[in-house]
Parts: sequence; structure tokens; C-alpha cells
Amino acid sequence: MRLFYRGPHFDHGVHPPELKELTSHLPIRRMPYPDEVVLPLRQHAGAPAKLAVNKGDRVIRGDTIATASGFVSAPVHASASGTVVDIGLWPHPDGTMSDAVRIEVDRYSPQVTRPRMVPHWEGLTPKEIVAAVQNAGVVGLGGAAFPTHVKLAPPPDVSVETIILNGAECEPYLTTDHRIMVEYPGRVQLGARIMLHTLGAKRVVIGVERNKPDAIEALRATLPTDIDVSVLPLTVKYPQGAEKMLIHAVTGREVPSGKLPVSLGVLVQNVGSAASIGEVFETGLPLLERIVTVSGPGVKHPANLIVPVGTKVGDLLDMCGGVTDDAAEIVFGGPMMGVAQGNLDAPIIKGTTGVIVLTFAQVPDARSYPCIHCGRCLDACPMMLNPSLLGDLARTGRYGEMEAEHLADCMLCGSCTYVCPSNIPLAQLFQASKSALKRVKAGAA
Amino acid sequence: MSLRLGRSLVVTASPHIRKRDSTPYIMWNVVASLAPIVGAAVWFFGPSALLVLAASVGGAVATERVFGKGGTIADGSAAITGLLLGLTLPAGMPLWMVVLGAAFGIGLGKLIFGGLGYNIFNPALLGRAFLQAAFPVAITTWPATGGSWLALRGDNFAIPLMSPRVADIVTSATPLGLMKFEHKPTALWDLMIGTTSGSLGETAGILILICGAWLAIRGFLNWRIPVSILATVAAFSAALHALDPARYATSLFMVFSGGLILGAVFMATDMVTAPVTNLGRWIFGLGIGILVVVIRVWGGLPEGVMYAILLMNAMVPFINRATQPTPFGVSRAKAAA
Repeated sequence: MRLFYRGPHFDHGVHPPELKELTSHLPIRRMPYPDEVVLPLRQHAGAPAKLAVNKGDRVIRGDTIATASGFVSAPVHASASGTVVDIGLWPHPDGTMSDAVRIEVDRYSPQVTRPRMVPHWEGLTPKEIVAAVQNAGVVGLGGAAFPTHVKLAPPPDVSVETIILNGAECEPYLTTDHRIMVEYPGRVQLGARIMLHTLGAKRVVIGVERNKPDAIEALRATLPTDIDVSVLPLTVKYPQGAEKMLIHAVTGREVPSGKLPVSLGVLVQNVGSAASIGEVFETGLPLLERIVTVSGPGVKHPANLIVPVGTKVGDLLDMCGGVTDDAAEIVFGGPMMGVAQGNLDAPIIKGTTGVIVLTFAQVPDARSYPCIHCGRCLDACPMMLNPSLLGDLARTGRYGEMEAEHLADCMLCGSCTYVCPSNIPLAQLFQASKSALKRVKAGAA
Repeated sequence: MSLRLGRSLVVTASPHIRKRDSTPYIMWNVVASLAPIVGAAVWFFGPSALLVLAASVGGAVATERVFGKGGTIADGSAAITGLLLGLTLPAGMPLWMVVLGAAFGIGLGKLIFGGLGYNIFNPALLGRAFLQAAFPVAITTWPATGGSWLALRGDNFAIPLMSPRVADIVTSATPLGLMKFEHKPTALWDLMIGTTSGSLGETAGILILICGAWLAIRGFLNWRIPVSILATVAAFSAALHALDPARYATSLFMVFSGGLILGAVFMATDMVTAPVTNLGRWIFGLGIGILVVVIRVWGGLPEGVMYAILLMNAMVPFINRATQPTPFGVSRAKAAA
């Protein structure tokens, strides 16, 4: 029980500079088509999509170029009309190489899609809605890219009471979800309505950090009265947008370790994903483009842009006036959890929330000091772990002991690393330990 | 694509931004916060104070330089150890002993464990414990405050390993010594502002509290430790005083006399040798507070802060184990099982 109720919040966490003012006021604009789009077959959690085109094929914007290879998979569509010029390995934003379809964009094409039917969702069964969402290739747009339709089809023995829409957007710089809520509140509400209908849930809560008052206002102005939808302003701190932290803030309950949110009757979807579901049933179009925040002190003209999936990051930064002379690091996602890019050819994929260009002044010092047991990481960890102890165990390779200390509950949010005065790369150590533990287990099995 | 970069991209693991606090920054802030206390020591004890502090810092830094890993002087931790050790010594201490104590504190108190971050005991206090054991007379010869400011107070320049000549200085017992052996209380106001005899940096209680508060507000020391130590000493000694006012001192006397405030604010809060959990910090402070009163009241020595902190330092690994946070989503019942 809380003696002093401080409003919806979770314990611990950190407060990095928000840095949203670069783009939070900028309306979403559409970028022109690049000369080429590259569409990796692996754009979502789960099984990669199965190739459905051949080299040399002409494709029209919206055509399926790869189909879902199972239930936990999503198809990939051509984000521009043109010619398939190559199919092969290409730099993936996660740092690996992955199979991708390269489409040379037809520069004289008007980029219209084939005529398609807009399904009337109210007449569809939950199963048909799930199929329609899957066919549209919608995946979680908050970054994790888990196929959205899978969450809409929970096992029969569980029931979802509460749908939480995640509009926290707690990473510094990112304003993608913020602008979606300000400019497309109706689509977010439509998505919420369709999810309520599909899951038979009771209520929808849209959680938004308090630093987006215009988004809260826009959502409240469009709140439907016939269903139970509410907007909940949340404490501004990182990682408020982490699924478990958000559920804790909204419901006051903790998702048990090792269990899914659905064990509490809760389902979380990103507001962008909700808007995307709404869009599918408004336009009939699959997910061909996404909204990306391009920001950071290293980019000349920060912007919120509608970007065709598959646009190479170099082309995107070109659109934004290029980078400054002191640009040092290009990050996909926010600076706390995002992935640094080593290649300007890496394409924007469905889960890319932002492209942040950081300068040399911001890149952390590579030098680290011994742990002085200051305890700041314990105060920062939202999962109430002991990163100091885990760090000691990681450096000596005691992965089994790390498992006993709940390494599995670490979500790699980076809060511990952010506050560490000794500059110890804790999150990196934990990620490596997780992989090492997985290898050890695979070897033992 | 027209975008060209003049150099290759930086590719590092997330998070890509950091809070602008570093370990050296914390250490040097502690050093800076000690400046007023050093000033007070010089004000009360004159040039002798500067000599002792210089010898202590010099001994600590030189030992770190010779036996430590390269480049570790810049982190400031050796300077803090030297400064803190110097502040716990009397003004008249022969300088060669001071250097030896500092070398012991850094060498056997810290470097032997692996350097910064790996030591179990507070190195400054370990250095002082060594001096207490080796030179019990020199470390308990307390010059009085007042008199000519320029005069040296004691045997600062005694020749190493020779027995010190009998110094022609005014000495006086510390307030705790007066209380323990003669049942004479000292005026509270003198205790608070520091016009009593004692070690260099322990006398000006209020000043130390102000410096500590500045550090705590800026997040460089954890307030729970000094608060729990001082509260425990105050409560415990108040209870004793209530039982027998003639025999036991008041709690304000106990809090402001001796090295308690210096120890609570600057020694016990040493991050390396204190618990990492907040609950652990409360337990650590409680333990120190109890030990301080027990040693002062029933022990053979008038002062007990050094031993109290060192004893509780030894408990820290157990305290850390016992106060592990319960991870999010793991029920307390399950964690206890």
C-alpha cells in the first residue's frame, strides 16, 4: 500500500534530458520517394517472411513481396512501385546481414496502389479482423516489432479485460508517437475500438507522459462516449514506456516475473500500432510506410517524416539536409536503447521509431573505472535488480549465478549504465551474458 | 545518395548518452567539500595542521603512485584517503609517522585488495588503526587550541624511529577523555564550533555537518548513513542518560564530541566500504551508532568511532546479501522461500 500516492508511476528509473523540443512541434511531413528501397524479410519478431517475388519482377506499391511464414510472422509489401533489381544479403539495422529485396523505384510512377476493398470491420468476426491485420503486415511500431495480430488472438483460456495503449514515448528525442496522437487522434481511437471489439475487452486506457499536453488534449477531445476509453497522464521518467512499468503505473499491479501481461488480463499496444490498425480499416492499405523522428544535434534539419519502409538511412538523412561536421553516431531508435548504425545503406524497417544523429561531444567516454559500489544503479533499475552485483558476476563469467539473480528480468533498458559514474557498460555486459547463457543452455540440452 | 561522411561512424552499445557524473568527479567533489574543514583545522592548530595534512596526502598519493596501477592518482581517491587520515590525527604528530600511516592505509588498506573499489575497509581508518596500535602515545597527545598561531604544536619534525623528545607544548585532554576519566563535561557550544582539543578535523561539528549536507544535496554521499548513525547515537545515549544522568553524558554531548560527526559524514559514507542497498545503509548506520556508544561507555578507550566503522565495514558483504532488493514481479513470499 502506498502511504503517499504520487499519481500513476513506477518505482526507480532515471530522468535523462527529454530533448524533444527539436521536433515535438513539427507536423508530420511526407518525404519524396527515394531512388531505391531495400526491404529485409526479417522486419519483425518471430519467423522472417517468405519471399514471393523474383529478380526482375515489376511491383506496384502495396503488392505483397513476401508472405507470412507462420502465425507469428507478418508479410512484407512493396513500399514503392518499381522493379526488383536484386534479392540477397544486405546490411540490416540490427548490425547483421539479412536477406532483402531491393526495388529500384520507378521515378515516373504516380505511386498509386492497385484498387482494393476497404473491409468494414464491424461486420467482421474477431478471426477475420486478426487475419486482416496480419495480411496488412502490421507489427508493433514502438520498436519491438512484435506482430500485432498475434496479440489480438490470445489463447482461449485467458481473457483480456484492459487494453493499454502505450503513448509514453519515454526515450529522449523521439516524437513519433507524440505527433501521431496530436495529428491522428481519430485513428488511434478507431484502432482502440477495433481492438476492444476483437478481444471483447472492457476498457482502454491510453497512457501518455505528462510532457505531451497537446497529445493528451487531442486524444481527450476525440474520446468516444459509447465505449470505455480514457487518457491517463503519466509521470515523465524513463523507462515509463516499458511494458511492465506502464502496466504498473496504470493498474498498480506487477506482472509476475517470467509471465506475460495477459496473466493480469492486460494487453499493451503502442499508440502508433493502434493508429496503424485504424488506418488499415480506413484505407484498406497494408503497412507501407511509417512515421520516423529524425533528430539529434548532428542532423541539420530535424523532422517528423512519413518514410516508405525500406528507405536507406543515408537517403533519409539527405532529405533532412545531411549531417553536421561533428556528427559521430547514427542511432536507430532512441539514445537509451537504440542501435548504432555502421552503414548508411541500412534501411528503415517497420520497427524504426527514430533516427538520431549524435555528436562527438555526446558519445560516452570509452574509459571505465572500477565499481565503487555507490548504489546508483540499484536506485535506477526499474526491475529492482542489483546491477552492481550482476556486473561483477558478468565480468567473471558466472552466468549461472546471474540467472539466480534474475538476469532474465533485465530488459536492457540501460538505466544502470546511464547513471554509472564509473562508466561501466552494464547493459552491454548483461546482453552478452544473456546470449552466453543461451549458448550454455543450448549446449547442455 | 549524396550523403558522405568524412570519417567512419562511431558504433557503440546502448545507451548512447550518459549522466555527466564520473567517479573522479565525485572524488574531487569530496576533496573540495573538505576544504572548509581543512581551513578550520589550520585556524585552530596553525602550521602544524598543514604539515600533518600535507604529509598524510603526500604519503597516500606517493604510495598509490609507486604501488598502484598507472594513472590512478587522477581519480582522486588516494588524495581523499590522505586528507581524511590527516584530519583524524592530532596536530603534533611526528610527520614520519603520518607518512607511514598513510602508506599503510593505501598499501595494505586498498592496493593489496586490488585498488579502488575492491577494498573492504576504509583505508584512512585502517591507516589510523595502524598508527593507534604502533604509536599510542603520539596519537593521543592532544595540543590545546589557542595561544600563538605560528607555533608548532608538538613533534612534527621528530627524527624517524627515535623516541620523540618531550614537547614543550600545552596539551589538554579531549572532551571525551575528560568525560570518561574525570567526569567533566565540556560546554556544548565549544564542541559545536570546535574550540576544544582533538584531532585536526573532528572538532568543528557544525561545519562538518554543513559540508556533508552540501555533498548529500548534490548526491555525492548517501544521507541515510550519517542520519542513521547520529540518530542511533543520540537515541542510545539519551536512554542511558535518562537512566543515570550523573554517569552518562547527554546525547548532544555524545553526538558533538570526538570524531563522531567526521566519521559519520566522511568515513562511514565511503561508497566502496558501505552497503549498496538503502535498507543496508540504515542497518550499517544503526550498527555503527550502537558500537560507538558501547565502546565509548564500556570500552577502555574514550573514543570508538574508528573501530565501530571498521567493524561494520567487515559486515558489509553480509548486509548486502541480506538486503538484496526483491526483483519486480517476484513476490516477497517467493523471494523468502
